[in-house]
Amino acid sequence: MKHTFRKTLTALAASAAAMIAASAVTPAMADGHSKTKACFIYIGPTGDFGWTYQHDQGRLAVEAEFGDKVETAYLENVPESAEAQRPIEAFARDGCNIIFTTSFNYMDPTNKAAKKFPDVKFEHATGYKRESPNVSTYSSKFYQGRYVQGQIAAKMSKAGVAGYIASFPIPEVVRGINAFILGAQSVNPDFKLKVVWVSTWFDPPKEADAAKALIDQGVDILTQHTDSTAAMQVATERGIKAFGQASDMIKFGPETQLTSIIDDWAPYYIERVKAVMDGTWEQQDVWHGMDHGSVAMAPYTNMPADVAAMAAETEAKIKANEFEPFTGPITKQDGTVWLKEGEKASLGDLLGMKFYVKGVDDKLPQ
Amino acid sequence: MEVWISILISVCAAATPLLIAATGELVVERSGVLNLGVEGMMIIGAVTAFSTAQVTGNPYLGALAAIVVASAFSLIFAFMTLTLVTNQVATGLALTILGLGLSGMIGQGFVGAPGVKMEALSIPLLSDLPVVGSLLFGQDLIFYASWALVFGVWWFLFKTKSGLKLRSVGDNHASAHALGLNVIGIRYCAVLFGGACAGLAGAHLSLVYVPQWVEGMTAGRGWIALALVVFASWRPGRLLIGAYLFGAVTIGQFHVQAQGLQIPAQFLASLPYLATIIVLVLIARNRRLTMINTPASLGKSFVPDR
Amino acid sequence: MKVQLIKRSQPSNWLALTSPLLALALTMVAGAIMFALLGKNPATGLYTYFIQPLLDPWSRDQILVKATPLILIAIGLAICFRSGNWNIGAEGQYLIGGMVGATIPVLFNTWDSPMVLPLMLVMGIAGGALYGAIPGFLKAKFNTNEILTSLMLVYVAQQFVDWLVRGPWRDPDGFGFPGTKSFNESAVLPALFSTWDAHYGAVLAVIAAIIAWFVLSKTLKGFEVSVLGQSERAGRFAGFRPAAMTIFAFCVSGGLAGLAGIAEVSGSVEKLDDKLSLGYGFSAIIVAFLGRLNPLGIIAAGIVLALTYIGGEAAQISMGLSDRAARVFQGLLLFFVLACDTLIHYRIQVTAGSASAARAARAEGAG
Repeated sequence: MKHTFRKTLTALAASAAAMIAASAVTPAMADGHSKTKACFIYIGPTGDFGWTYQHDQGRLAVEAEFGDKVETAYLENVPESAEAQRPIEAFARDGCNIIFTTSFNYMDPTNKAAKKFPDVKFEHATGYKRESPNVSTYSSKFYQGRYVQGQIAAKMSKAGVAGYIASFPIPEVVRGINAFILGAQSVNPDFKLKVVWVSTWFDPPKEADAAKALIDQGVDILTQHTDSTAAMQVATERGIKAFGQASDMIKFGPETQLTSIIDDWAPYYIERVKAVMDGTWEQQDVWHGMDHGSVAMAPYTNMPADVAAMAAETEAKIKANEFEPFTGPITKQDGTVWLKEGEKASLGDLLGMKFYVKGVDDKLPQ
Repeated sequence: MEVWISILISVCAAATPLLIAATGELVVERSGVLNLGVEGMMIIGAVTAFSTAQVTGNPYLGALAAIVVASAFSLIFAFMTLTLVTNQVATGLALTILGLGLSGMIGQGFVGAPGVKMEALSIPLLSDLPVVGSLLFGQDLIFYASWALVFGVWWFLFKTKSGLKLRSVGDNHASAHALGLNVIGIRYCAVLFGGACAGLAGAHLSLVYVPQWVEGMTAGRGWIALALVVFASWRPGRLLIGAYLFGAVTIGQFHVQAQGLQIPAQFLASLPYLATIIVLVLIARNRRLTMINTPASLGKSFVPDR
Repeated sequence: MKVQLIKRSQPSNWLALTSPLLALALTMVAGAIMFALLGKNPATGLYTYFIQPLLDPWSRDQILVKATPLILIAIGLAICFRSGNWNIGAEGQYLIGGMVGATIPVLFNTWDSPMVLPLMLVMGIAGGALYGAIPGFLKAKFNTNEILTSLMLVYVAQQFVDWLVRGPWRDPDGFGFPGTKSFNESAVLPALFSTWDAHYGAVLAVIAAIIAWFVLSKTLKGFEVSVLGQSERAGRFAGFRPAAMTIFAFCVSGGLAGLAGIAEVSGSVEKLDDKLSLGYGFSAIIVAFLGRLNPLGIIAAGIVLALTYIGGEAAQISMGLSDRAARVFQGLLLFFVLACDTLIHYRIQVTAGSASAARAARAEGAG
């Protein structure tokens, strides 16, 4: 009895759905499978002019490259939690062929959804779990750019101390801080770095408060691992120099920005969408750097020509794989030796970095 | 010394929006109305100010538009609670939810655009004075407006006949009505004034504090403003103390960190809220102090001739 | 033009039942106007928001997941609001409930026993109730404004949980990201059916609603709640103690919010992380009012509000509509619910022209 009731209900719902589907055929459905659909899950607004903005530029590049052959969609402000599961599945159900989830904490929801939808390809940014064959992971070596910034900072700073607005003490951020101070010390061994943790990726008023506090503490160069342009604006107001983050922020500080690390996802996104079209998509784990063009530097501005030349030279060396920032000798903050002369950091050390190197004027929150 | 002045200026910036929004709410509550929609009106003010300044290129027009639009927005609350006598607490919450949603939609096209900053004033000679010049004579117009507002409201409430009327409406609306005062009319004016102030506070956020539009950029400041009114036990002068105390904690937490003190940031960030609770308890315990200043009709609906 | 309220001799029963539906209809009309202003087809918009999610089993499952915490919290709020206590801090109680309940799987991650889950739920309830008791106690003892204290405690709870999951409770193998280890099997609230996401929290919500309905409408305690809520003085004359009621109401409300928190943690997230606070505690206020503070009505109201979330996401995917539209819907809904509630007790007379005309109308109404 109960069984038949449920069957009847299901049948009713199905027929209702069929009627509605028939009455409202969307263009995508009419086209059948001729289009490849690429979908993107974003952590912030597409207009943050930082992290998410750059991912969306990558999406637009996919559209420009493939034109009519591709359809794209995105969801912004998706929280980094179990809540992300639903939108990812909604995309998979909506006919997306490849789904890019563009923040670290989408890791578990992405893998769960991938198991449920084996025919959909999943690409998870900055993660490391690939639990089924339809999940790939990708990231970029942003720290390479931080090293260049550190060198510039040491040349440009009169106080010999820079300020760093940090988000969360995760390896990605710690790596950036360490690369920055290593770059700075390669120019000025006594260079110091003050770090302030704001516990957010994106909160402009809070980032502005932190920037002001750092400047009042005596730093005369600002850099950040948060996504808004607030710090750039504060630096402009106080007349000091600053580095942009994730995207070229020059229009927020035409006389302030020294350079900026630019995340360029476009080549990767185009490559992967094309692989889906050609049926050649395979699981992979990619960590590209400057050599692949996925990390680029904004023009070197507001600095003397010799500083710009030095920065360009380091950039070129990293790009040609002639130089790697995490190369010994490197001493940890506690005075112990991490890397001996000429020794290169292991992948494990880089991915799980939980310590500062010498010269950081802060204790790493544990 | 210069560092301290610079820190003080940061504190002023953090305190100003709180002070303005709280002053408006103080007048509203003095008239016997509790409007929990400050956060919503403030964010509507922020998005209006930003978008207007962006389109016209003039931050002062932006601030003006914020005042007008947020005031109009508060009219919804006034109509609901005063004319339709709906529950003030729930209606205020609805105003906040609606404000946060609407501002997000209005501001969508403006996210990430570089804003038009309201520049600090520069008064010849005075602004260049050593030490105090930049602090006293080199700030933005809204900063001076906030101080003028506090003194203006104090003078209005306690030195004018209209202020007396407003307070008596808040203390006992039934007898004020019997005396021939237009209870509803006075409350309408108070709510609109509160909306205007919240709008200006929002304008400060998106024109001075961070010249940007960011969804939800008020980040709970409207609620702090509400707490400040109680903290100040409905006295404008005490609002100054409260707002600047909050400003100092907001800025101070980063200095404590940069000094290398090992206190988890989360504990520092929760200090302002804990401080409010403690102050609320302290003033509530002091019955004499509370009795004198608390508008007795606060939050109660008034229906004439029922 | 002048708008005039005329009190009905007795509340309209008919309107009391239909006012939430009227409010919903008005919200949809306003929504249709909003869609049109945004250049979207209003019919498609409303369909995507309010009908489509109900037709598809996957969406229904998701609605159930969303509605569960909303209903649980709203039931508690209804009891609190009915008794005249304004608990605005359910979000904090929800967080603390989730946190306290999670202590067991976090500290004893390998403990595998059928005792784990019941213990977690009880601790979640207790944690929420105790945290809710703080503003209740402060109000009862010091006459502190409970709206403000309960709200301030939300921010404190957020910071505290944030510190825990980034600090002492952080998963050591989690690459430094905030969040505890994932719970083991015995600490996970099971799904209703194996292929579903909805978990047994939904059943708990329905049970809680039935119990609350029974207590409110059939017992002396329920009578005490409504008497004290309508008039503290009348309650005193009847021998009820307002201070005790305040603490009781806050404990019940906090406890249910805590239950919602631990159900979400153990049934949906399966670990404690820094993203537990999604504003359910505030949205539940809308649910409570839309359900007219009636526990059974709240079940329906919770589903309507869950619909705005799920429909909002669907509209973002298929129509490119901002996710903020859902928020606007929720705000409008609350406004219309409150305005329609007025109609239960008052008739509205709109008179054109001068005040004297209005006065004449009023005299007529009184006569």
